[in-house]
Amino acid sequence: MVENHPSQASKFKCEVKNLNFYYGSVRVLKDINLSVFSHQVTALIGPSGCGKTTLLRCFNRMHDLYPGNRYTGEIELDKINILAPWIDPIEVRMRIGMVFQKPNPFPKSIYENVAYGLRVRGQSQRSAIDETVEQALRNAALWDEVKDRLYDLAFNLSGGQQQRLCIARALATNPEMILFDEPTSALDPIATASIEELITQLKEKVTILIVTHSMQQAARISDRTAFMYLGEIIEFDRTQTIFSDPTHRKTQDYVNGRFG
Amino acid sequence: MTIDNLHQLHRLIARNRFWEKIFIVFGILSLLVGIITLLALLIDMTIDGLPRLSWQFFTSFPSRKYEEAGILSAWVGTCLVILVTAIAAIPIGIASGIYLEEYAKKNWLGDIIEINVTNLAGIPSIIYGLLALGLFVEQLKLGRSILTAGLTLSLLVLPIVIVTTREAIRAIPNSIREAACALGASKWQTIWDHILPYSIGSILTGIIIGLARAVGETAPLITIGALTFIAFLPDSPFKSEFPYISFNWLQAEFTVMPIQMFNWVSRPDPEFQSNAAAAGVVLVFMTLAMNAIAIFIRYRLRRRIKW
Repeated sequence: MVENHPSQASKFKCEVKNLNFYYGSVRVLKDINLSVFSHQVTALIGPSGCGKTTLLRCFNRMHDLYPGNRYTGEIELDKINILAPWIDPIEVRMRIGMVFQKPNPFPKSIYENVAYGLRVRGQSQRSAIDETVEQALRNAALWDEVKDRLYDLAFNLSGGQQQRLCIARALATNPEMILFDEPTSALDPIATASIEELITQLKEKVTILIVTHSMQQAARISDRTAFMYLGEIIEFDRTQTIFSDPTHRKTQDYVNGRFG
Repeated sequence: MTIDNLHQLHRLIARNRFWEKIFIVFGILSLLVGIITLLALLIDMTIDGLPRLSWQFFTSFPSRKYEEAGILSAWVGTCLVILVTAIAAIPIGIASGIYLEEYAKKNWLGDIIEINVTNLAGIPSIIYGLLALGLFVEQLKLGRSILTAGLTLSLLVLPIVIVTTREAIRAIPNSIREAACALGASKWQTIWDHILPYSIGSILTGIIIGLARAVGETAPLITIGALTFIAFLPDSPFKSEFPYISFNWLQAEFTVMPIQMFNWVSRPDPEFQSNAAAAGVVLVFMTLAMNAIAIFIRYRLRRRIKW
């Protein structure tokens, strides 16, 4: 809750202003306005194809990797528009981490996976890396399970462990914000529960934006929820309000399971 | 279903099965044609050549007397030429492959380049020989040397290297590229730290198979004027005095295994035929060994990576 962080300079970490996104000539996101509160979990929900993952990937400019994508409008990160053409997308990705739908560790050791972000940032002092790797693995609730086999291949971990490793990899670089793209959709219920608990703890340290297709998950872990439909944000409010007393008919139908 | 109908059904199935059996017989016969021909060739060559395979055969220069003749200059020539080929083709081929796959814009120009590179692999090798004769021998005055030969064969294997590099890095899932990018890695860091290390096994395999093809090439080397009779070795690359290393061997005239073979085959006296067969056995062994190395590398480097 914002109220718990009065020291925060601004209560908004990110503000999306009139964002439109185009795949080629197809307009996928339409006039998106959204405020991501500092140190809160903001969830994006909506039926498949509503554009929630597309919106998430605007925040670290992942779309820049592929030709034919275009943005208009602004996403302000601490009052600076990160979609501006003169902002290097790498700078944005250095500040905003991401965890993907399917666990995607590198085919390297557990240690090297977590250390990679530091190596990219030119960190080469062994002891400093060791320390950060341990801290990141602890924060991702994985340290106790892997501390004796840090140099094993990451592929030998279970799916849930791999996803926590990916979270540790994102945490190691100390990002201001982490984007989660349906992080539990490839996991079993037990692994899902541990990831959800982790996300709840992490908001002490970072601002979190999460895409989920599970309404229950959004209800369990998020402070604010945006309901998206056909590329638009239909409603954005406190999670409790969205689920118990939504303003729009569409939102009500969706959260009550009448479509989606 | 009546008994009569059942009989009819059985006859139908038997008729359908009949053509299947015909094809199986035809398929086995077709397969045997290939295998038996190949085996017969190899066995016949081995029987002819085996008596000549001795230490002396590997350590002697060619000679007018068949029993004193050997393949020393030929195998040394082949090894040096392939070394030059590898040094020239590997970095250029991998760099081109990476650029085309990761950096080049995907537009009509890229399509044209892609089609041309693929077609280059199918051009008759003697055409490369003609190109090399004009470019390396006459324009650049490199002579009919090991350097010229190596560069010529590197042109020949370059398309193979480029195509295998592209295929190898295309096989790396996008999720790995995105994982690296999301951590703030630049495109080059992604390639250098991830794409290349994970695909190097496949790339090396392609390179070695390309080089194995180059080992057997004759036509382009004859075109640039390789000699068929060489009774000396190129200068040693190592010297006893400063700077201890010499590149004179690059300018040396040379012969290679298939040309030595061709020379012996064209002699009238039958004794030289068994020399040719022995050289053939060595040549086949060289290419098979290279393919074996390729398979081994692929096995070793891919074992720990499953997507």
